[in-house]
Amino acid sequence: MSNRVCHFKLVLLGDTAVGKSCLVVRFVRDEFFEFQEPTIGAAFLTQTVALDDATVKFEIWDTAGQERYRSLAPMYYRGAAAAIIVYDITNPDSFAGAKSWVKELQRRGDTNVVIAMVSLWEFGKNAGNKADLESRRKVDFNEANAYAEENGILHMETSAKNSNNVRALFVEIAKSLPKTIQQPEREAFPIMPQKQESRNCC
Amino acid sequence: MEALADGEYDAIVMGTGLKECVISGLLSVQGMRVLHMDRNNYYGADCASLNLTNLYEKFNAGKPADNLGANRDFNVDLIPKFIMACGNLTKMLLHTKVTRYLEFKSIEGSYVYKGGKILKVPATPEEALRSPLMGLFEKRRFRSFLLFVDRYDENDAETHQGKNLKVMTMRELYDSFGLQPDTHQFISHAMCLELDDVHLDKPALATVKELQTYCYSLSRYGTSPYIYPVYGLGGLPEGFSRLCAIHGGTFMLNHDVDEIVYNDQGEAIGVKSGNAMARAKFVVGDPSYFPKNKVRATGQIVRCICFLNHPIPNCGDLESVQIIIPGPQVNRKNDIFVCSISSSHAVSAKGIYIAIVSTKMEGNDADKEVIPGLALLGHIMQRFTMVATTYAPVSDGHDDKCYISSSFDASSHFEGDVEDLLSLYKRVTGKDLDMTINADSVEADY
Repeated sequence: MSNRVCHFKLVLLGDTAVGKSCLVVRFVRDEFFEFQEPTIGAAFLTQTVALDDATVKFEIWDTAGQERYRSLAPMYYRGAAAAIIVYDITNPDSFAGAKSWVKELQRRGDTNVVIAMVSLWEFGKNAGNKADLESRRKVDFNEANAYAEENGILHMETSAKNSNNVRALFVEIAKSLPKTIQQPEREAFPIMPQKQESRNCC
Repeated sequence: MEALADGEYDAIVMGTGLKECVISGLLSVQGMRVLHMDRNNYYGADCASLNLTNLYEKFNAGKPADNLGANRDFNVDLIPKFIMACGNLTKMLLHTKVTRYLEFKSIEGSYVYKGGKILKVPATPEEALRSPLMGLFEKRRFRSFLLFVDRYDENDAETHQGKNLKVMTMRELYDSFGLQPDTHQFISHAMCLELDDVHLDKPALATVKELQTYCYSLSRYGTSPYIYPVYGLGGLPEGFSRLCAIHGGTFMLNHDVDEIVYNDQGEAIGVKSGNAMARAKFVVGDPSYFPKNKVRATGQIVRCICFLNHPIPNCGDLESVQIIIPGPQVNRKNDIFVCSISSSHAVSAKGIYIAIVSTKMEGNDADKEVIPGLALLGHIMQRFTMVATTYAPVSDGHDDKCYISSSFDASSHFEGDVEDLLSLYKRVTGKDLDMTINADSVEADY
């Protein structure tokens, strides 16, 4: 059983410059840049998480800046099995933004999408030690936690420098995904057959 | 005046129609800084696929009826077109790898209207031999004509059978195979997808190439030569917009352009939106973003979007079909196109079929022009009719730095629109776009 691979589309959401790309680069390439360049060049990135009963392969879509003027296309949300909504604990607007991204996702995305809300620190303007960051904290952890719980959302505050924690987030999401519904891996030119037979995960 | 977005760009593109999105995608891949704006809060401009809310709003049609289903299940194309499986748009999708963002499904059936009946366009030589479209002897002539077209290679004189298609007209070519006028009509309209009969008296080469594209596309997926993106045509501009964005392009939906700003030489140098301005070396856009003196009207197209609670009758209950009504069959110059798609392409709620009837206007009464098409649909739950004036730019854009696309044409496919797109690309960049990619041989790229 352990060799079955399930593919899932995962989208990143959140206001500009909250650390979306930093998070995904950390997870996918295990690289860390204190000042991650705005997203350029990649259509989407992939990374796998091995669970006991299956291997989950994430196809991770970054916003590519189209969130800046709220100009994400419906295509972006479509078929996403999971979403990570990123905010910045030193910026209350980004937390309000995160809540509105949750609403937007619930309106546009699939009904069963697994949502995680994440705040990332120790990168960019959030560099510095934890104590220093706590002094600049503007979003109360408990408040964010309560909101997440109310909406059935995973919630985590994590450091961009700590790859274990970032990986743990994706493992949590992978565990929450229903492995019975498999998303097909993208082909070079995926033309679907006329009547698609339902394929099982294995 | 404030800076609009980052204030300084190489190109500002207006309108997120397919052509504009392809251009902004290609420009930003080449390293240009692009600002792309649209007055609507959705992608696609004239060729958007709308959900029920946006559709009813556009037609001032009140609230959607409850029996249609959920808003989000609908992606209703404003311009109905199918993609030739091996045509130029497919090549462009492969060239730019935008196929990574989209899924396509073939269209199940292709039909033609003849003598009051809807007949299947034969997809295989066996079907052609069984088809009631032609008599027995005509079928043999049709077969040898198709064999000639299949083998014909412009650069190989041995395949020409002594015919010079650069001189010989299409009518002469048909006659040389002894084909009857009824068969000319069927081949030209249902397979070469000519909109009228003008091509008959022009050199045959262009029409023969169209037929080759049709046959090649047909052989690729079987039942019809067409493919169509799951979730509607709106996915095409969205996909190219993502291509642009991942290469650094900036997108602003819901931002209208109030004014194009010119220098003393009359060259566009930027745009104003509200109290903000962005500068650029040139602007690109669809005709609706430019002053009336920079475009000319080229005609009118009527398009009727209909909701049905059943497949189009007499076409094998298929989930997706195209029916071509050759103009001469119903005493018109221009063909009428009927297409129907449904939940199998994720454009409607289950049980609802979207049928779109379109044709070039020949008179002033839009409702009258589409009657032969509507007559094929059976019971119609709801109908939205729009008459669009089509525009083309009056100049190539070199003098005023305003590069303007033409409106989408009346055909049922994108081949002509891609021609316009390639011309726009060349006007903007001074270069031809490499389109030599073969739809069959790209897997190695990945």
